[in-house]
Amino acid sequence: MTVNSSISREELQESLETRTVEHTHDEAANSMFGFIVFLLSESIIFLSFFAGYIVYKTTTPDWLPPGVEGLEVREPAINTVILVSSSFVIYFAELALKRHNMWGFRLLWLTTMAMGSYFLYGQAVEWNSLHFTVTSGVFGGMFYLLTGFHGLHVFTGVVLQLIMLVRSLIPGNYDKGHFGVDATSLFWHFVDVIWIILFLLIYIWQ
Amino acid sequence: MTNTQIEKPKIAEPHHPPTTWKTYFTFSTDHKVIGIQYIVTSFLFFLIGGIFAMIIRGELITPEADLVDRTVYNAMFTMHGTIMLFLWTFPVLVGLANYLVPLMIGARDMAFPRLNAVAFWMVPVFGIILMASFFLPGGPAQAGWWSYPPVSLQNPTGNLINGQFLWLIAVAISGVSSIMGGVNFVTTIVKMRAPGMTFFRMPAYVWAVFSAQIIQLFGLPALTAGAVMLLLDLSIGTAFFDPAKGGNAVLFQHFFWFYSHPAVYVIILPVFGIFSEIFPVYSRKPLFGYKVVAVSSLLIAGVSGFVWVHHMFASGTPAWMRIVFMISTMFVSVPTGIKVFAWVATIWGGKLRLTTPMLFALGGLIMFVFAGITGIMLSSVPIDIHVNNTYFVVGHFHYVLYGTVTMGMFAAFYHWFPKMTGRMYYEGLGKLHFWLSFIGTNLNFLPMHPLGLQGMLRRVASYDPEYAFWNVIASIGGFLLGMSTLPFILNMIGSWVQGEKAPDNPWRAIGLEWLVASPPPVENFEEIPVVISEPYGYGKSEPLTANLEKQELIKDLN
Repeated sequence: MTVNSSISREELQESLETRTVEHTHDEAANSMFGFIVFLLSESIIFLSFFAGYIVYKTTTPDWLPPGVEGLEVREPAINTVILVSSSFVIYFAELALKRHNMWGFRLLWLTTMAMGSYFLYGQAVEWNSLHFTVTSGVFGGMFYLLTGFHGLHVFTGVVLQLIMLVRSLIPGNYDKGHFGVDATSLFWHFVDVIWIILFLLIYIWQ
Repeated sequence: MTNTQIEKPKIAEPHHPPTTWKTYFTFSTDHKVIGIQYIVTSFLFFLIGGIFAMIIRGELITPEADLVDRTVYNAMFTMHGTIMLFLWTFPVLVGLANYLVPLMIGARDMAFPRLNAVAFWMVPVFGIILMASFFLPGGPAQAGWWSYPPVSLQNPTGNLINGQFLWLIAVAISGVSSIMGGVNFVTTIVKMRAPGMTFFRMPAYVWAVFSAQIIQLFGLPALTAGAVMLLLDLSIGTAFFDPAKGGNAVLFQHFFWFYSHPAVYVIILPVFGIFSEIFPVYSRKPLFGYKVVAVSSLLIAGVSGFVWVHHMFASGTPAWMRIVFMISTMFVSVPTGIKVFAWVATIWGGKLRLTTPMLFALGGLIMFVFAGITGIMLSSVPIDIHVNNTYFVVGHFHYVLYGTVTMGMFAAFYHWFPKMTGRMYYEGLGKLHFWLSFIGTNLNFLPMHPLGLQGMLRRVASYDPEYAFWNVIASIGGFLLGMSTLPFILNMIGSWVQGEKAPDNPWRAIGLEWLVASPPPVENFEEIPVVISEPYGYGKSEPLTANLEKQELIKDLN
């Protein structure tokens, strides 16, 4: 039987002689990989909710509760534009950090946080103006469940961004690596993509 | 010791070897400590679930409901199912995987040691939450472990915090814990392998754990989504699953089974892996068709996502959908059949040593073939509609869950006991345990098939006297099964305390975990091994690793 080794013989000899075979695992790469796996798993929750929404929407006889005409699209659309733009802002913030432009990073990061917070504010105003509650049939439950669960994710994202901003004030903290910033940024993009699907499902497809 | 890759955290962490039993009660980040913690904790819950099963069998020994009253009986089968799944099979297999996977792939620890510890400490937390529901005025959940609405939405006590509420909270925490474990295992297996340990040099057990954890990652969130919606229905009165308010009760079944059917593969796959490890060792032959066996684990994981509707053939599923899922369910028998034939071919013509682990693995294999055959019967729609919700189904999945999974677990306990504790178990008690449990399992679960075909429904406390004969036999078998655990407990505790010292490699097995001391030192390997050949090299002369001082260990194995 031939041993189809992925390590060449010379490499093997060398490694055994110099004992450098102990590979230091890259903590940040591991964490990033784990985080991506986690996000993929997290997306399944949203996909389940979306599947539930589609089933309800297509099968429920009295979809809208009595007295409700439909949802206002204008303000949520503005909100959507703001949230989607913040994805670009956070990308440039990361770029600034990679170029060691700390103040640029902090400024853009703060802008992203402001946009995220504005989105939450807009969501709260919208919830306040609606004439149905979470118990108003399947429609009400599904609407508040989806927007609330997504809003929770936005809130989490803003809190994570705040933590990263505070950590960036420590001099030299991000010189070696900045897994936290990368993960937060990835999370933010994820929350954004989910919102786009959510917006199409709930507001456009009425 | 060269440079280690375990990040030394800034806070003082008890990453020290388990010197005393007290170590197991600390927040340790050592994967071996966590593995033992998982195993022991889940075994305690296994005993509790077993006591509930004894009560159920005691109730069914006579046709009348005369042992406990009906609400208690409902709580018993609900909690028996919940505990045996969420607090025995999941955690115990995660515990074994925790112990073995880093050792088998040549890593010093898991990828995220602290996440690992957090995931473990959630298990006792949700176990206690679940047990606390016994002290509520309305008693624990009584809707079966499926907790289908609208039955589970009934709340006779009117309190917000009722048994069903705590049940859902516990399942949600269990889900979070399993997701953490899943992220950890997938990252560990992909990123932490030793040099030369390619994917096709990993033991089949690692492949199986990898596949199982992938299932956890894509399946569990669906159950979490369903559980959140059910929790909202229960607590604030939303209408998701309540038909009276315009909800859709069948949708919960979709959410539930989208995870809970793959979940049975999460349970069974690591046991397939255990069989794949044990048969070659005691047959002194390489695992037959190793690559195919490894890939078939992934195939099972892939197929498992497309079979969930077979639990709902009788739930008003459209006819075309039944056909589709009947075919996909039957397709599961292809990868599992590959595995079974590969094991038979491994044993074929081998030099068998009938030690306790081998006996348990053989017993488990026999039971699994049986369970597989009834599984094929159940997957065909006409039969399923006839035996839906009868004891035939109960018999089928107990053959899998006790006959295969738990027997496989016992096989693993005996097989790796010397490695984990550094002591040998007592062979005589082990064999007694095997025969008691093998006879008990068959006596207990075989009669359930004729009962189900005759139409005895599951989850009933009283039944028509014509079913009495088989029920008495099943109950006798059940009590025998309950007793069979006693020699096991005696054996494990006694051997751990005063068994004879075990060598590093008592079974003369080939594998990275057998190259370290028993029990393994804190960071597993003095130097990370360099793997140069495929696993299961029985009867071949290649060394497993390139590390010279280890080679003489392997030289005399063949």
